[in-house]
Amino acid sequence: MTIASGSEQTQTDLVDVVVDDINVRVPKGTLVIRVAEQMGVEIPRFCDHPLLDPVAACRMCLIEIDGVPKPQPACAITVADGMKIRTQRTSPVAEKAQSGVMEFLLLNHPLDCPICDKGGECPLQNQAMSSGRGETRFEGKKRTFEKPIAISSQILLDRERCVSCARCTRFADQIAGDPMLELLERGAQQQVGVADDAPFNSYFSGNTIQICPVGALTSTLYRFRSRPFDLVSTPTTCEHCASGCSLRTDVRRGEVTRRLAWDDPEVNEEWNCDKGRFAFRYIRQDRIESPLVREDGRLRPASWPEALDIAARGLAAAQGRVGVLTGGRLTAEDAYSYAKFARVALRTDDIDFRARMASDEEAQFLAALVAGQPLGPTYADLDAASNVVLVGFEPEDESPIVLLRLRRAALKANTRVWSISASLTGGLAKMQGTWVPCQPGAEAQVMDDAQKDGSDDAFGAALRTPGAVLLVGERLAGIPGALSAAAALARNTGARLGWVPRRAGERGALDAGALSGLLPGGRPLTDPAARREVSDLWGVQADELPRYAGRRGSVPIAQSADAVIVAGVDPVDDPQGEQLMAALAGDRFVLSLETHHGPISELADVVLPVAVDAERAGTYVDWEGRSRSFGTAISGVTTVTDSRVLAMLADAMDESIGRGDVMELRAELATLGHWTGDRMSAPDVRPAPPAAGGLRLASWRLLLDLGRMQQGEPHLAGTARPTEAVMSAATAASRGLTEGSLVTVSTPDGSLTLPLRLDEVAHDTVWLPMHSPGCSIVQDLGAVPGDVVEVVPGGPR
Amino acid sequence: MTNFDHLAEQMDQIVARYPKSRSAVMPLLHLLQSDQGAVTMEGISVIADRLELTTAEVTAVASFYTMYKRRDVGRHHIGVCTNTLCAVLGGDAVYDAIAQRLSAGHNESTADGQFHLERIECQAACTHAPVMTVDWEFMDNQTPSSAVEVIDALARGDRVESTRGPVIRDFAATEHTMAFPDDGLAGEGTPVDAIMLAGLTVAGELNMTAPKPSSSAQSKEDHS
Amino acid sequence: MTLTPVITEFWDRPDLYTLAGYERTGGYRALRTALAMDPDAIISQVKDTGLRGRGGAGFPTGLKWSFVPQGDDKPHYLVVNADESEPGACKDVPIMIANPHALVEGVIISSFAIRASHAVIYIRGEVPEAIRRVALAVSEAEAAGHLGHNIHGSGFDLKVIVHSGAGAYICGEETALLDSLEGYRGQPRLKPPFPAVAGLYSAPTVVNNVETITNIPWIINNGVEWFRQFGTEKSPGFKVFAVSGHVRRPGIYEAPLGITMRELLDYAGGMRDGSEVKFWVPGGSSVPMLTADHLDVPLTYEAMVEAGTMLGTGTPMVFDQTVSVVKAVTRWLEFYKHESCGKCTPCREGTFWITGVLKQFENGEGNDPDLDLLNELCEQIMGRSFCALGDAAATPYPAAVKLFRDEFITATHTPVDQTFDPARSFVFSETALSEVGAR
Repeated sequence: MTIASGSEQTQTDLVDVVVDDINVRVPKGTLVIRVAEQMGVEIPRFCDHPLLDPVAACRMCLIEIDGVPKPQPACAITVADGMKIRTQRTSPVAEKAQSGVMEFLLLNHPLDCPICDKGGECPLQNQAMSSGRGETRFEGKKRTFEKPIAISSQILLDRERCVSCARCTRFADQIAGDPMLELLERGAQQQVGVADDAPFNSYFSGNTIQICPVGALTSTLYRFRSRPFDLVSTPTTCEHCASGCSLRTDVRRGEVTRRLAWDDPEVNEEWNCDKGRFAFRYIRQDRIESPLVREDGRLRPASWPEALDIAARGLAAAQGRVGVLTGGRLTAEDAYSYAKFARVALRTDDIDFRARMASDEEAQFLAALVAGQPLGPTYADLDAASNVVLVGFEPEDESPIVLLRLRRAALKANTRVWSISASLTGGLAKMQGTWVPCQPGAEAQVMDDAQKDGSDDAFGAALRTPGAVLLVGERLAGIPGALSAAAALARNTGARLGWVPRRAGERGALDAGALSGLLPGGRPLTDPAARREVSDLWGVQADELPRYAGRRGSVPIAQSADAVIVAGVDPVDDPQGEQLMAALAGDRFVLSLETHHGPISELADVVLPVAVDAERAGTYVDWEGRSRSFGTAISGVTTVTDSRVLAMLADAMDESIGRGDVMELRAELATLGHWTGDRMSAPDVRPAPPAAGGLRLASWRLLLDLGRMQQGEPHLAGTARPTEAVMSAATAASRGLTEGSLVTVSTPDGSLTLPLRLDEVAHDTVWLPMHSPGCSIVQDLGAVPGDVVEVVPGGPR
Repeated sequence: MTNFDHLAEQMDQIVARYPKSRSAVMPLLHLLQSDQGAVTMEGISVIADRLELTTAEVTAVASFYTMYKRRDVGRHHIGVCTNTLCAVLGGDAVYDAIAQRLSAGHNESTADGQFHLERIECQAACTHAPVMTVDWEFMDNQTPSSAVEVIDALARGDRVESTRGPVIRDFAATEHTMAFPDDGLAGEGTPVDAIMLAGLTVAGELNMTAPKPSSSAQSKEDHS
Repeated sequence: MTLTPVITEFWDRPDLYTLAGYERTGGYRALRTALAMDPDAIISQVKDTGLRGRGGAGFPTGLKWSFVPQGDDKPHYLVVNADESEPGACKDVPIMIANPHALVEGVIISSFAIRASHAVIYIRGEVPEAIRRVALAVSEAEAAGHLGHNIHGSGFDLKVIVHSGAGAYICGEETALLDSLEGYRGQPRLKPPFPAVAGLYSAPTVVNNVETITNIPWIINNGVEWFRQFGTEKSPGFKVFAVSGHVRRPGIYEAPLGITMRELLDYAGGMRDGSEVKFWVPGGSSVPMLTADHLDVPLTYEAMVEAGTMLGTGTPMVFDQTVSVVKAVTRWLEFYKHESCGKCTPCREGTFWITGVLKQFENGEGNDPDLDLLNELCEQIMGRSFCALGDAAATPYPAAVKLFRDEFITATHTPVDQTFDPARSFVFSETALSEVGAR
């Protein structure tokens, strides 16, 4: 038997060992516990976790090695050639050692399994059932603690259940880089805990619950809500960002009860962020439950046939002058349906999925370099990269798994991370990254300078090393010239270029053709071969497809249309949200396909309810370009998808785009595949000249903020970062501002008052959260990053 | 918020002592305990800031070691060894006598904040059993009455000398010594006592000495 | 066997703790000799003496030094383990108080040998007198140019840090000590890597006991042959023994390894009046106890093992017939419970359990079957725990119950304080007790 981790394993890297009398050849340096696992021998363990450094603390996995006098921990011993290993299956010594440790572990463990969340899926319980003693020999009083204590608003700790395996504390330190959860005290009093002044407000805190091998850590959200055997589990994909986390959604009696990170070594490994884990009650809150039609100025419930009929007539009346706006929540299949419906049923190319800060430059960038491109750069490419340069992208807030992967790469694989950013964030510090200070708005100039021949910028040199990756965030769309400079920088340095949007549906929508000028698979609308491929599949004549690229941007599209279909758009995401709302409120027919009541459904002429992703199957395409398909978890409010509604609408309009069935749509997308022909060239917008004077606003959305899908999650919100302004000590001093004091940030359009924190921030720059409690820069200041703001001491005048 | 500016320079000196700053956490905890009478949340916070650690990391260290106290110790820390050897040689009785005198138990302070009593573990002074400590200075070979006398003298503010060390100062001063060990008191008192010299004395009486090196050993060494 | 004051020879000089006083005894002569030597030759010389670690485990010191990779471009560290906290062990603290410069000189020579430019003396916090005297010695040595930059023109730089502990017996375990020194909880580390390869700050590190390092100046001055005339083939050298308990003159007695307990007892004036040896522990509570039957066993590493115990720290505690072995063992287990670091299950939970059961015996409420249960629990710890603290905790009971089973059986119905009047064990009179009304 040979167990090799990769095909490239050479003979010299393999060693011969004997486990329970079975000869195996395994890579040198493999841990005994992993060797046994791969042979199908389960050595019991509690502290061992394959993604954490070995600690050998629980002593549960003791095994016997020939020639070694004492039993050894299988989790910490690496195999050597000729090693003869005996597990509990063939060694009475190992068996006795393990049963002794088991007895000790249960000594102080409460017999509260019947009321413990972990009961039924508890490694300690399982081990006790399979090899523990029936009766305890301990007659003393068990150790007790006050219970539970909240180590954050989200996580509760029952210390008497803890077996001190230190998985949670090692996760916090080694994986998340948030050493705010620690072992405290000593000996029998040793316990997990936090400092009196600092709860465990890590974005990744929920993972500790999942890896706890007992029921010591529980979430306020799930505690006492269910038993594992009452749950029906479905593999799903996280809808909260473009990281692409594989999740397991657990449903009890039709309701999503909890979500866990699922193991996907290529993407999220076994982790996810707290937003993905804990923000799911939006599924049930404020849902649109039936079609609505406007009558005498008010929306009233209507039957599907009636609503579809009104919608179809409204759209038909505007034939050729219909715009389609889709937001970031859509699945790839749904985005594809909109792309197809627009071109086939509405004969329009006025479609844009970018319900956020967007530009023509960005559209050209995406069409040239991202849309319909094959997979990559990937997470594995980040692991292997010599250097990774981030621009306009804060992984911890905007794509947390990218942070975890980059952090590990930086700590364990010598990947050097650089960030061209307005501030040296905690996230960058976790990656031991190098900060390239950059005033907001100057990103384009900084990159442009580095891409020139003879540049001596260190990060530019880093990008010239083999395996370097340049990751740009969606935010760069707001900086004129930035994406042009990024494209040039990647081209001139040879670095791979990755685009990381914030929302789960963006890349899929782009690849599906939900952007004017682009047909599915990154095909240029104006390319004859591309038109032919698409029209063949769609069963239309090539010349029936729109001939010219349509309008771009939600406001231009809405303003010029007689009818607009809006799906998954939240105007607060869009700096021009106010103009968009004004346009939609005008004398236009507005059809809203929506999951939740919101400002746009409120002013629509017809509202058609659609399913959230837990209620349907679908696919998100993560930032890498990797398809992440998922199944239906619950029946919920409705199972009707956007695609199905569009198919029905097409029928009602005597058009045909198919049945809107997920499998059929996936098949079509697969048939189209990636475009291999010519593409639009990358944009060449020159950086805007540096603006003179003033204080610049830097901002991005924090992971936990006022996002629509986090609403109704107070425990999660309790772990969010505080709303505060951040600037450098020098900038603050020059304006007479002091740490911790209130400051007022203002523009001609409004002002905000919030506390000031001093940190490493570019000069003459103030950072504010984009959309957090008490601070929404678009709504409150009418500002976008890079704008000039005023900051003065004190509260409002 | 307490101001810790007066400690800034000393904190810098401690941090500068070590190749890596985190190593300074223990002496800094001693320093802050000397200043505050206990390891307080504010003290932990100051150390965390200075060493760029989380307060949890500092709390984890502070709560591991017995000498860091969560509650104000007061003026004098009184330790009585009740580990096996001291206990059976009389340490239990010494402890009981002091506990009774102070009306305080293990890890408790007197109401007036003068004394804090603790059953301590082996003091590396078994030859001097039963052992008591005052502010961690040795008070060797105690009896219940001698121990109570020590307490009474301290309570009166009398000058009390350690049996092997300097005149008793107070808990804060000793904690400062932990942070800055070269405290100028090494020459005080008679730290080398008859018990430490027991073997040397007997050897002298019996004319016993260790053999001196022969010339051959010397020359061999010269060659190496 | 005669007493052989070497390390303790000049302890009666009141100024020995000062640089001048130490230099008057020939101090820092060895340093100059050593600095003229090839560092590898020093390692060889220490290896040839067969000096074994005096902290308890008895690992050959020179061999330990030779494990440090040389020419590796990494900083090297010498760390002196001065965390003497084992019940019964009381010889390092006296050495540091009486002759701190000998330790410092040993540190400098040892650092030079292993090419360490930083040395740390980690002294347990509860002994300020030792801490301040070592600190003074370091300051004086630095002022005299024995420490610092380019020591005596040798090109060798050394900085010595005196670090105060804060009360944790586990920090005597060398890897726990290193974690503690790095500013973490003092919990032991996984080995390998061993400190010689990845110790302090992951750099090659030698951790040696105070007495071990204090031997070094004499080894340099007097050579291998001189050293080896003391002791036995496997246990060469002299030892600072500390004799405590019910003896007439408890104290420090320096003698060659191989001296017997009977001889040491003799030098210590024998047992106190009317008393006889009931049990004694040769080197700290972590080694099994012996009885009067073993008084003639040589105090060497090998002979002690043969007798079923270990030399340990070489600091015998002697208890007479007035002492309840049940009480003695219970207190020791309370100590291990208090000092267990909590990292591994067997030690953390085992000491918790055993202590509880022993307390029942102490109160006369023991259960007969628990005698075997305790043995089993000790077996479940021994060799299963993360570090030697667990093994140590599992040591006192099995030895005690083997020798004094009857006493434990009596403790199933009678509190030990009734069987053994505690006052009879005291080293002061009953009058002293009644004066303060303690009983």
